[in-house]
Amino acid sequence: MSIFDILGPVMVGPSSSHTAGAVRIGLISRLLLKDNPVYADIGFYGSFAATYAGHGTDRAVTAGLLGMQPDDIQIPNSLEIAKQRGLKIFFSKVDLQNAHPNTAVLNLVGKTGKRITVQASSIGGGRIMINKIDGIDVNFNAEMPTLIVHNSDQPGHVAQVTTLLFENKINIASMQLYRNERGGYAVMVLETDESIPPEIISQIENYTGVIKVTYINPLTDVIPSESVAIPTNTSVIPTEAEESPKTKEAHQ
Amino acid sequence: MSFTSLKEITTKCNEEKKSFYEIVLELDSKQSNFTHEKEIKKMNSMWTAMKNAADSYDPKLFSSSKLTGGDGGKFEEYIKKNNSICGSFIGQVISCALQMAESNACMKRIVASPTAGSCGVLPAVLIPLYRNTIFSEEKIIEGLFVAAGIGQVIANRSSISGAEGGCQAEIGAASSMAAGTLVYLHNGTPEQICAASGFALQNLLGLVCDPVAGLVEIPCVKRNVIGAVNACSCADMALASITPKIPADEVIDAMKSVGNKIDSSLKETGRGGMASTPTAKNIYSKLSKIN
Repeated sequence: MSIFDILGPVMVGPSSSHTAGAVRIGLISRLLLKDNPVYADIGFYGSFAATYAGHGTDRAVTAGLLGMQPDDIQIPNSLEIAKQRGLKIFFSKVDLQNAHPNTAVLNLVGKTGKRITVQASSIGGGRIMINKIDGIDVNFNAEMPTLIVHNSDQPGHVAQVTTLLFENKINIASMQLYRNERGGYAVMVLETDESIPPEIISQIENYTGVIKVTYINPLTDVIPSESVAIPTNTSVIPTEAEESPKTKEAHQ
Repeated sequence: MSFTSLKEITTKCNEEKKSFYEIVLELDSKQSNFTHEKEIKKMNSMWTAMKNAADSYDPKLFSSSKLTGGDGGKFEEYIKKNNSICGSFIGQVISCALQMAESNACMKRIVASPTAGSCGVLPAVLIPLYRNTIFSEEKIIEGLFVAAGIGQVIANRSSISGAEGGCQAEIGAASSMAAGTLVYLHNGTPEQICAASGFALQNLLGLVCDPVAGLVEIPCVKRNVIGAVNACSCADMALASITPKIPADEVIDAMKSVGNKIDSSLKETGRGGMASTPTAKNIYSKLSKIN
């Protein structure tokens, strides 16, 4: 823990967990989508569900999705800015099992049609935990460069990836492994001290048995924001009825 | 590693003949791999953000719940008349605490110190000292390192989260940090810094987190005032060489054990205490309709 975890962050109020953390959830989800979101269906759980309007949690997550940082004074106006930029956004309350009391589930569609579902919690002091991506456990706090490798559960993948990082002088700070069943679908989540260059990421993508690689560097990544027009091919935007049956109110 | 005991910091101060500020700066710089200059620059940016937040208070602004706003302006007018009970300096401290906490509720930019809900306490004691040019900005920034060091020990030994430890962990921690900082600024010894921190925390032990409708507004805004005023009186007690019988580290441990015993309805769930009064329930149901 740094002393700037005690004095700081500089943030827009009123709550480090319900506002600053919520901005980070939106921002990291945007980085994971690697696209400008045009559609967002956001489900709030627990304390988030109970108090999201009063704490500005809805505006905070939206601000993050638009690429704002927790100290951006435009956070209170994010719903209006989202409308101007063509981001359709819906809020609902959801029920989750074994989730932290401040949890949100974001279903996102990007301008180029990319999709992602992120489940994340705000764990206090503005810090967050990304719990799941597309339903798979990941559990990282997005404070360091993070590499997520999806592969078939066979011997050697961990050795391959860690050797490659070692050869490139990239130090691993933490590592987690998940799988759905023996020999099934496996995920490794690695946090590193150094950033990982794109050529190494594509090398990992090309290993046999690797299904998908996601890499973010929360310290440096920026998805340039643009005034996105709603794509003419509306098929990438799910209708409200398809994706969000529980949503009664649309903030737009 | 960060500090886990205030005793450890004072021992280091005495052994190495360095100030509380220097010991905290050196350890954090070792840990973050930042130079001392970079650390001081970063702390300066926190101080600048605090000053900007204090200067940009708008008495006409209300929170989205409409429960908060305007009180900091009223208080400022009141103390200008020079017949307040608390007198000029404490009057300014109260005014500043109200204003910062109200700005936070109104979604303005603040510095979490240590949390957003308690963001008014530390600036409330520092801004009046700065505005009356009692201390240089360099010295105040040194004081912020002292505050952060104390906060770090509290976070390591106990908690600085209302959901975990109740309000004592937020306003209590902020008050403890502010008390120690005031003693540092007034050239107190490391032992006196710890004494003030311990006094401030022990006085707020047991304070529950019971926000009306779950919002960081009632009673949070006014609790920032008690945190700030308590810091002033505890710093004065320490500077008067009143020595605590219970060491500050043990007070922090007591805060943790009290926090564990506080019922979850009184830990940021908006279900107990002030939040469970009939009027609060009414407010909650009215706001839920808007929500």
